[in-house]
Amino acid sequence: MRRPGPPMRPLGWLVPTLYIVFLMLPIYWLLNMSFKTTNEILGGFGMYPRNFTVASYVEILTNPVWYNGYISSITYVLINMVISVTVALPAAYAFSRYRFLGDKHLFFWLLTNRMAPPAVFALPFYQLYSAINLFDTPWAVALAHCLFNIPLAVWILEGFMSGVPKEIDETAYIDGYSWPRFFVKIFMPLIASGIGVTAFFCFMFSWVELLLAKTLTSVAAKPIAAVMTRTASTSGYELGLLAAAGVLTIVPGAIVIWFVRNYIAKGFALGRV
Amino acid sequence: MTKTWNNRAWFMVLPVLLLVAFNAVIPLMTVVNYSVQETFGNNLFFFEGVKWYQEVLASERFHAALLRQFFFTAVILLIEIPLGVAVALSMPRSGPWVSVCLVLMALPLLVPWNVVGAMWNIFALPDIGLLGYGINALGIDYNFTRQPVAAWFTVILMDVWHWTSLVVLLAYAGLSSIPDAYYQAAQIDSASRWAVFRYIQLPKMKRVLTIAILLRFMDSFMVYTEPFVLTGGGPGNATTFLSIDLVKAALGEFNLGIAAAMSIIYFLMTLLVSWLFYTLMTRGEEQ
Repeated sequence: MRRPGPPMRPLGWLVPTLYIVFLMLPIYWLLNMSFKTTNEILGGFGMYPRNFTVASYVEILTNPVWYNGYISSITYVLINMVISVTVALPAAYAFSRYRFLGDKHLFFWLLTNRMAPPAVFALPFYQLYSAINLFDTPWAVALAHCLFNIPLAVWILEGFMSGVPKEIDETAYIDGYSWPRFFVKIFMPLIASGIGVTAFFCFMFSWVELLLAKTLTSVAAKPIAAVMTRTASTSGYELGLLAAAGVLTIVPGAIVIWFVRNYIAKGFALGRV
Repeated sequence: MTKTWNNRAWFMVLPVLLLVAFNAVIPLMTVVNYSVQETFGNNLFFFEGVKWYQEVLASERFHAALLRQFFFTAVILLIEIPLGVAVALSMPRSGPWVSVCLVLMALPLLVPWNVVGAMWNIFALPDIGLLGYGINALGIDYNFTRQPVAAWFTVILMDVWHWTSLVVLLAYAGLSSIPDAYYQAAQIDSASRWAVFRYIQLPKMKRVLTIAILLRFMDSFMVYTEPFVLTGGGPGNATTFLSIDLVKAALGEFNLGIAAAMSIIYFLMTLLVSWLFYTLMTRGEEQ
């Protein structure tokens, strides 16, 4: 007997398949370009590379201007991820377990920062981080990205924590656990998947953001995305190189998704399904 | 869950509060400060009151950008929400294909925003791009760098490519929380496909769909990088949305007062709509 589930149309698989094909086409085109020489790209339309070459990738992986871009991007993304998750953990616990003066207003105020258009903050951020001498360091970008990542981390973690019954906390206190010990030894393992998903989201939003990252750096901590823009304008229009650099910016994201694939749906629902 | 009243919880929130306040309050006050002053360079500032606000609210340029922004956000929501729900409904519920679908669908969300713009640029170029070449091969004259309609079409298609998966993943999460017993009951009552959707699946997705609409509204309302890289706001001003116009005013023309007043108006609008959504959302939760 058919397992009772949602009714499926006979051609149900067609919709997701077509959708995925639509998603993959521009990515295929980028891959296609990255294995061509710039001359071949500009020479005309071609569905696949005729003179297959990995020269663009070799150039990126051996030229410090290029690979330093990747290193600085990954550095500030990791710093931001660690800061965001660390400070969001106790805060999310407070929001999920306690009522306190002004809690609802505080929660909404945090969310409003997720709503602030980065374009609004670009110029003041430049002045603020220049004033405290952090301009052009990974720390500036990492701290600036806290603006939208911390509220998001609190939001997701709070959802996961609310799913853990409160009796667990109370039993641990009766057993003589102090709060920090309980939190690290018992509570954090319980929401490990939630922490993983939160870290994934912090990674994602810090990795894809460019406006602030570009505003807050000039030479030393330039993110890869900004290196790409600069190359596009100075050394002519090296399409093959740009395409290869674009492909390489997708790789870290793809690896991270693979690790959280089983939790991703729940994570996108902010833990509250 | 019943929560205990405990004001010491403030200490747990304090680090978050300090970090976010540092990043939010100081820059916001700077913007407010600029929005009420006039500068002639050399760090000389004069108090101007609400002059910039009046100027922005009366300017044709702001009205045009605002109109384009609302039109863009409306079209995006109208396409992405139904499409996302449709894809989520037809996805397999279990088996090895679920992971494959999820990973492939989440991929566009992790592409840096300027790479999205650059990727769509070479994808849509009429001479060497697959999309542009394909459309022209069908006999339709298409060039997004010269035709406003083509530019709009490309920008919208790009956003659909980039963000529909967010709606799919949210809707899918809502769907997978429905117990099989619900469907069994529907089968016994021999409910139609539409009835199952209307009375079982849609109510279960209500919460996640609210989040989806909220996130898509906020993000499409502040969209900057992707259309800027793709079209540069052109041709002419055809795809100059609010953020693009704002950055042009602030960094391109250095009209700090105007740009700051625009920022505040812009921020307040996002805030108002998001607050409405948030109130609706939390009210649904209390019921």
